[in-house]
Amino acid sequence: MREVKLETYAENTWCKGCGNFGILSAFTQVLKELQDQGLPLESIVIASGIGCHAKIVDYINVNSFYSIHGRVPPTITGIKLANPNLTVIGFAGDGDAYGEGISHLLMSAKRNIDITMVIHNNQVYGLTTGQFTPTSPLGFTGRSTPRGSIEEPINPLEIMLASGATFVARCYSGKLDHLVEVMKQAITHKGFAFIDVLQPCFTFFNTYKLYNQATYVMDDHDPSDLESAYRRAREWQGQAEAKIPLGVFYKVIKPTFDEKLRRGKAPAHDKGVPDIASIVKPQR
Amino acid sequence: MPDYSFILAGKAGDGIRQAGALLAHLLARLNYRIYFWDDYPSLIRGGHNFSMIRASDYPVQTFADEVDVVLALDEFGAQEHGRRLKSSGYLLYDSDGFKAEGIGIGLGSIVKRLGGKPVMRNVAAVGAISALVGISWENVESVVQGLIRRDADLNLRIARAGFEQVTEARMKVERLDDQPLPLLQGNEAIALGAARAGLKLYIAYPMTPASGILHFLARYEDELGLVTYHPENEIAAVITAIGGAYAGARTMVGSSGGGFALMTEGVSLCAQSETPVVFVVSQRPGPSTGVPTYTMQGDLHFVLNSGQGDIVRLVVAPGDPDEAFVWTAHAMNLAWKYQISAFVLTDKNLSESTYSFMSRGDEVGWEEPKLWNGQGEYKRYLMTEDGVSPLAFPGTKNVTVKATSYEHDESGITTEEPDRIRAMQAKRLKKRGYLVRELSSMETVKVHGKRDARVALVCWGSTKGACFEVADRLDLKVIQPVVLEPFPAQMVKEALEGVSRIIGVEVNSTGALCRLMSCHGISVDEQLLKYDGRPFSVDELLRSVSQVIS
Repeated sequence: MREVKLETYAENTWCKGCGNFGILSAFTQVLKELQDQGLPLESIVIASGIGCHAKIVDYINVNSFYSIHGRVPPTITGIKLANPNLTVIGFAGDGDAYGEGISHLLMSAKRNIDITMVIHNNQVYGLTTGQFTPTSPLGFTGRSTPRGSIEEPINPLEIMLASGATFVARCYSGKLDHLVEVMKQAITHKGFAFIDVLQPCFTFFNTYKLYNQATYVMDDHDPSDLESAYRRAREWQGQAEAKIPLGVFYKVIKPTFDEKLRRGKAPAHDKGVPDIASIVKPQR
Repeated sequence: MPDYSFILAGKAGDGIRQAGALLAHLLARLNYRIYFWDDYPSLIRGGHNFSMIRASDYPVQTFADEVDVVLALDEFGAQEHGRRLKSSGYLLYDSDGFKAEGIGIGLGSIVKRLGGKPVMRNVAAVGAISALVGISWENVESVVQGLIRRDADLNLRIARAGFEQVTEARMKVERLDDQPLPLLQGNEAIALGAARAGLKLYIAYPMTPASGILHFLARYEDELGLVTYHPENEIAAVITAIGGAYAGARTMVGSSGGGFALMTEGVSLCAQSETPVVFVVSQRPGPSTGVPTYTMQGDLHFVLNSGQGDIVRLVVAPGDPDEAFVWTAHAMNLAWKYQISAFVLTDKNLSESTYSFMSRGDEVGWEEPKLWNGQGEYKRYLMTEDGVSPLAFPGTKNVTVKATSYEHDESGITTEEPDRIRAMQAKRLKKRGYLVRELSSMETVKVHGKRDARVALVCWGSTKGACFEVADRLDLKVIQPVVLEPFPAQMVKEALEGVSRIIGVEVNSTGALCRLMSCHGISVDEQLLKYDGRPFSVDELLRSVSQVIS
């Protein structure tokens, strides 16, 4: 393995026991493996939104854009449209991607732009100290819902399948080897790749016990079967007693949006100035 | 001086805009200077549309109250615009549909006889007008051939039949002894100016009156070597533009006030992350949905103050397509030189009206920003003398480019340290001083008319058209700041030397420029404000100014 320092000097301020550590170490491992397979580190760009998840860009010494709440998909869409040679990976929280920015997530899946979105899904707002999110269970008691959440949670996997994502997976930050394997597949997938990573918030919504007991890695599922993918995605709708399947739910290869839109152009590498005389000419 | 005005009127769907474009090009071919206002309501079918075309040897940039010819395809058009005819003017109308006092021509039956579609009455009408005002068939033929590709022969036959219905020319629009100029809408000039300065990615969600930029650039993507993208909303548009610029591509977004309201989080992100993006804001009457297809200059202070935090920005407000072309290119180059957001403020009148375009097209081009020289460790937010950190882009070997919405240190890592917060904000603000210095050698304030006039009209944006013409007729001076932030107060003050009476002329209800000038110690004596969605006609402004100064 090559000796490249992937850490920065930034002080890590996640709480002890935070599920984000699992995602950070898995991604660091993936970066090392991708480099070993010949992907140059400078061609990788990561981006994050706002929330505890987002600090990940400060902790990894690669190109990054620390964007704003909900806007990770358009941030990395712009990067990918400008320079097709870059491998772009977005990190976002559940409040960020499923609340503030859900339209961007859906539309990015629909377009099949060649990016990867990793959602740190802890079912709670951590950085703003414990409010309910789109994936919090019914009855969740948080600071904005002291009498319990009155909303059913969304099922992100179903939404991504319905939106046309060409790679849909779920992982658990506590199952590190599996997370590394799926993350690597997602990043090397040509098209829109989505991973919902279950990630306990140690301080505001500690779900370690539930996830350790309930999650299992699917070994009998064909990821090319969309109907089966829907069925498996519906096994867990956020309820406490169900089993939670992990793994790649769906995978298909389709033409990517960025290739179709750019049609061979490379905006970031082009200093060309057009001659406009053929467009602007008097009537003769 | 030759000065002809025409109104072509009908229902939406009658092809009024195309008829207007054909007539405008015909007159441009005879070397006239053209202004063409496209008046349409916010609907697809029905309602009332009209094209107002003015042609002169003078560089006209607004319409006149009285017209020489009205062509009406419906009865409402004949009634509504018939009263604007000069006593020497003519009303042409489609006698297959209704009766009016004027020259009736069976436009509908011409189209029917030749097997055309109902909308092709518009081409027959252009043929008839041309014959009426003494424009030769050869001119009509070449303009129709040049502009209409679909069913070209059929359209030509219909135009010819319309032409032949008028057997006697009642006026003679002579060919002028001048150069023919191309015709351009303000939106097209903005698009071309950006392309000349290296625009590679234009991202916009449709909103009138800015959509013309998206349509034009989408059509000419390959000729201009760029990519256009219509995403899910204006927030996605601006954030995608920021991502693209971070990766090294010159990007631009465009909208009207409502869409720009959604983009303001992006304005702030540009500032904190020091990412250059050009924003085009094409104003229309507000608040809210307002009057979508009409004009207003009501968003100046919104744009000047958009985005949370203290922000260095460039705001330019061109007044015609030539200024739009040059200043959009400047906006792009300056945005990249100073790593700031730059705003091109236009309005429905400039965006969608058609004007004679005088620029050659090569006045502006790509200017290189400050790039990293490859020495030492790269730091995206390196402290420098002028506050501008050298640029490098992701994909560069041995370089890590970390951009961020958080306050940060030189490497782009989040900070909450008081010294670093202060130093970084000071670094960003420093850029303004250098920008001001660079702008001081540019024509940021247009001064027109009589140099030693005691009365000056002060205006901005597309209102310059009416102001210049009125000033020329009344021997006044016009002062038109093209750059509105950083405001060129010193240059405006110099231009005001010897002026004893300042009249602010604006198309809004509160005098936005007048308020901005008062912040810089310049007070206006009178304000002429118009806010009915229409620009000043030359006659209307002439009357108002004459009244004020008499």
